[in-house]
This record gives sequence, structure tokens and C-alpha cells, in this order.
Amino acid sequence: MSGETPGYIGFGEYSQHVPHSIPSAVKQATDRFVGTRAARVAEIDQWEELRQIGSDIRQHTLENLDRYLETLEARVTEAGGQVHWASSAEDARQAVLQIARDRQVRSVVKAKSMATEEIGLNHALEAAGIRTLETDLGEYIIQLAGMGPSHIIVPAVHLKKEEIAALFREKLGVDAPADPVELTRIARERLRHEFLTADMGISGANFLVAETGTLVMVTNEGNGRMCTTLPDLHVAVVGIDKVVPDWESLTVLLKLLSRSATGQKITTYTQFITGPRRAEGESGPKEFHLVLLDNGRSRILADPVGRQVFKCIRCGACANVCPVYKNVGGYAYGWFISGPIGAILSPQMLDTQVARELPYASTLCGACAEVCPVKIPIPTILRHLRHRMAQGDEFGSPALPAPVGAAARMTSLALSRSWIYRLGTRLLPFATALLRRDGWLKTLPYPLSRWTSVRPLPAFGARFRQWWKARVRSENG
Amino acid sequence: MPTVQLFITCLGDQFYTGTLQNMVRILERLGVEVTFPAEQTCCGQPLFNNGFDDQARPVARAWLHAFSQSSAPVVGPSGSCISMVKHHYPELFPPGSPEHHLASDLAARSFEFTEYLVRELGVTDLGACYPHRVTYHSACHYLRELGLREEARLLLNAIQGLEYIPLQEEDTCCGFGGAFSVTFPDVSRVMMENKVQNIIASGADTVVTCEPGCLMNIAGGLRKAGSNVRAAHIIDLLASTGETA
Repeated sequence: MSGETPGYIGFGEYSQHVPHSIPSAVKQATDRFVGTRAARVAEIDQWEELRQIGSDIRQHTLENLDRYLETLEARVTEAGGQVHWASSAEDARQAVLQIARDRQVRSVVKAKSMATEEIGLNHALEAAGIRTLETDLGEYIIQLAGMGPSHIIVPAVHLKKEEIAALFREKLGVDAPADPVELTRIARERLRHEFLTADMGISGANFLVAETGTLVMVTNEGNGRMCTTLPDLHVAVVGIDKVVPDWESLTVLLKLLSRSATGQKITTYTQFITGPRRAEGESGPKEFHLVLLDNGRSRILADPVGRQVFKCIRCGACANVCPVYKNVGGYAYGWFISGPIGAILSPQMLDTQVARELPYASTLCGACAEVCPVKIPIPTILRHLRHRMAQGDEFGSPALPAPVGAAARMTSLALSRSWIYRLGTRLLPFATALLRRDGWLKTLPYPLSRWTSVRPLPAFGARFRQWWKARVRSENG
Repeated sequence: MPTVQLFITCLGDQFYTGTLQNMVRILERLGVEVTFPAEQTCCGQPLFNNGFDDQARPVARAWLHAFSQSSAPVVGPSGSCISMVKHHYPELFPPGSPEHHLASDLAARSFEFTEYLVRELGVTDLGACYPHRVTYHSACHYLRELGLREEARLLLNAIQGLEYIPLQEEDTCCGFGGAFSVTFPDVSRVMMENKVQNIIASGADTVVTCEPGCLMNIAGGLRKAGSNVRAAHIIDLLASTGETA
């Protein structure tokens, strides 16, 4: 199984069967992040200016990506690294597999990486007989559970400590108490041996600095450093959107990222990797490979509205404040990336038909755009993609069922002709009179039943127009 | 004497006659002459927000036609509908077109009701009296698209006898979201229930908001929960004289 692209993403279907424990587990964690983020943001007087600078840097980089990628490739190569261009997920998987096969790799340790989730790399490695182990605690947990990440930075956010303890007991055969410290100790003990014996380390990157060919990773557990320094071979799989021009830009983005993501001034570990080790005696791997992943990004970059999704620096703040995400959890979004950013990324990367529900999985409340450290106009992009789903554009075919379009045309007709609207306004109270109780409508036929199944509707009772008319008449009278 | 054109919004029209009447009374009491363009229907936001730009355009044209007969400002009881007119109408028509010009002109003189009172007229005390414990739900578009953060609170604090009680998660969406409420009713439900629980837990006997959509959702949710908390548009409190609740 390649594991990279999902079938039809049934957000609505899933939302009817959200496991009971998910909303409370997600809310507990995300509320904490919202609080710490707010505290760190409040410390910086010019946070809004910083966001604008971050936004400008990302926008500028996307608009000049070809140039920065060329510089990046040259600098990585000069530093002794090898760059592999992968235009598709399959190309990227094959590039990694080829490197592994050529060096008889039997075991891999992985740092947390969304790019490898995107291409389903673990499945491909396992299918090739290569033992692959996630070493980020959250990733380790969901790998044991046989699941994907349900949050960008907290992959196992939907699980409570009791569930994790049960999982450890079942999969590891150890006596695991529901205590985070103890659970971490169990995972750490098991991982230590793996770090020391793995043939290859795989990572992603938070940023790639073009001017020096440097890969930047921020982590809090130290596992990323182990993965990228202990094995003799380091392979990084990174989306082409992760490039930043220079170190000056990087400082802005690191500041925005750590404060927005975990509410830290700076993460515990910030790693800068420029090529492999240069001389015997230096630490670090002998070989460094950078797989640059396109996988549809170039195509999306042609769309001036949609491409803003690639300004994203993967902080997860949009999910933490999203009332929809908090109540359905990450798996409702059906792919490796969830929350508001997933709702605007997946429909662009996948076929419109597959992800057609996702742009609608939002009330357009705007909480996400308010916290986004690089000012991605998420509601605007949601509307843009809804337009694509409804009417199609040069980047995608329409995907909504025909009756929805017919209903929209009828609505348009009724609302753009005042007499039809006013006639309806006069008729609705009569049409619903028999269902009216105490000023409310408790049940209504489809499609309004989808409203009344949740809460009653106030009774239709338009009288303002008559009142106004009578008033004008008596004044003139 | 300033004149305004009343934009009653389709939800106001269908469900909140009393609120609209109160709006007229308040404005007239402040010496504002109120006119009502009867050709108006809906701003077309339900179509626009769901990606049907081509279908939203004729509705926007009809709205622009109805309100461009006068040069008076437009005032409406909904932050969301006003934001549609202010921010999205100009996007619907290509720059340079007569419609774009018209949309930009009306965008500049369209105001949400509390915005008009506080920012345009500079009024916060309307002499209202409402001796109750009141909490406030901050509507999403009102707050984030129009940037109206304190206007409602200023008006509430000037109401005699009113005890203002802050609401937990005041600015978290109530789950209405227009078509969202019927597209994903199960998600809308949990969001609404979360809002209703916070309102009940606040201990207030009244919850106000500046948005007919949120009001329908929250009032219906409170009723479903069997709660006695009254949900009202802020206009209804501002028109209150204290005798009736």
C-alpha cells in the first residue's frame, strides 16, 4: 500500500461519529496552547508588525521560489550534500528507497515530518522490508496505534494519557501507568537502543535557508538531533515551500513559529544542519541527502489566491483556535494535515471531487486568520475553493452535486427579484402556521429539518413591511 | 438632521419584526430620519459564502439598485450582512466597472447599527433601563470583519440597572455559520451546545448579540435546553424602558 492519497473524504459522515473522547482531549491540549501563545504574543509590542514582516517574507519567497531553490541546491551541494528533486510523491518515495537499498539499510529512525506523512513514506519503507521507527513521542504513539497525525505539531493530541497507557500495555507488553512522565520513560528506554543501531535517519525540516544551504529543525524532545546525528546516513524529505532566503528572514520566522505553535520563546532544540560531516572526528552523518518534494506545489503556485496556503510555517495555531477542529479532531479532515490549514491545502493537492467537503468545514468565523503568524487569509481561500467546487476554475473542476447548483440558481432568482422575495415573505407564515407552537417551529420538512433536528426555528413572522407602510400612510394621512 | 436608509436584512425581515421597529424608534429618538427602500431583499451572502459568485452577483446588483437611489448612509442590524456589503460587494465586480464604482460608494457609507451609533453619532447612552444580569456573545463577522470590539459593551454599560457579566469564550463562534448549520448539523450542534452551556453557566438571565443569525441559533439552543435565559438582539435592550423584560 502506497498510503499517500486518501479516497473520498467524508467530513460530514465522520462528524456524525466522532469518538466521544476526542473533543475533550483536543480541547484540553489546544486550550493550553491558546493560553501560552497569547502570553508569548503579549510580550512582543510589535507582534502585528512582526506578523506582517513574516507574511511579506513568505509571500516574497513563494513569488521567487525558483531562484531561491537554485541557490539552495548550489549551497547544499557545495557543503557536500546531495539534492534529489522529486516531482511526485512516488518520485520522493523512490528516491529514499533507492538511497536505502544502495546502502543495505535495514532500519530507520525518523524525526517528526509532515512531508513524509504526505508521501506515506513509512508504508513504502516497511513494504521494502525496512524497519521504520518514529521517535517523536507523539509520532511513536500514533505509529503504535497504526494511525496518522491528528494535529500538525501534536500528532497524538486526540489521545488521553489513559488511552496511551492502554496502548503501551497492549503493544509493548509493559505495565504502563497513566502517568505522562512514566510513559515518556518507557518510550525513551525503547528508543535509545534504536537510535544507536539504526542505519539511516530520516527527517523533514521546518526551514531551508537558501543562502547557506542549511536545514533548520525545531524540536522539544531531542529526538530530532539523535535521528540526524547518530546514524551515518541522514535523508531529509522537505517540501519546496520550506525555503527561506536568508538567516535574517529565518530569525523572524523562528520567532513567529515557536511563539505561535507551543507558546515558547524558543524551542528546546533548534538545529542547523549544513551538509554532512566534513572531516573524520567531526560528529554527524557521513552522507546528507535532501529530497525536495514538489508533489503538486508548482501547479498550485500558479494560483495567486490558493498559493498563499504555502506561506504556512506549520505552527498549528489555526487548529488550536478553530471551534470546528476542536469538536471533530484531526481525522475528520481525512489526510495528513488537518484543521483550517488542512481544509485549504488538501482540496488543492487532491482531486476536487475527493476533498470537496473540506472547504465547507468552516463557519468562516475567522479565528484562524486572526492568529496565523504569517497572515494567511484562510476564510478568503476557503471561499475561493468553495467557488472552485461550485463553479470550477482553471485549477479545478466543479465538484458539487447538481441539485446544489440548481438550488443556488433558484435562490438567486428569488432574491434578485423583489416581488418573488416579498411574496415568499408573505406566504411563509401561512405555509408554516400549522407547525407553529408558542412562536417556534419545532419540526420542518427537508431541508430545514437539518436545522430543526438540532434546535427549533423562530416562527416566520415578517410584519415589518406592513407596519412601515401603515406608519407612512398614517403620517401622510 | 441626518437621514439613514434602513437595511433590515432577510433574517431580520423574517424573524425579528420587533427588533426592526425598535431600531426605527431608537434612531428617530436620536433625531435621525429613517427611510426604508422597500425593494431590498437579501445581501446575497449565503450564495457568495458558498462559492456561487455568479448567483450572488444578481442579488448584489438588486441590493445596490435599491440603496443607490439615495445618498444617505445605510444602517443594518447585522455585522455579517454589512460586512458582505462593505468588503465583498466590491470584490464581486471588476475594478473600473460601473457596478464596482457603485459598490465602493455604498461600501463606504454602510454601517452596522451599533457602529453607526457609537462611531458615527458618538452616542452610547440611549437612556435605556434594563435591570437584569446580561452577558454578551461577540458575533464573528461583527468582531473580526468589522473590528467592532467594544461598541456593544459601551452601549450595554450605559444601560441603567444592567449588570454586565462576561461570557466564557465570548468570541468563539456559536456554530451558526449560515449554510454550515445545515451542511454539518452535527458539528453546528456541538458548537451551539458549547455556547449555550457557557451562557447558562454565566448566571446571566439575558444574553445579547448584534447578529440575527447567532440570535436564532442561540435562542433556539436555549429553548431546546429548557433554559429560561432570554436571548435578545442588543437593539431590544437599548429600546427597553425597564418596565417589561
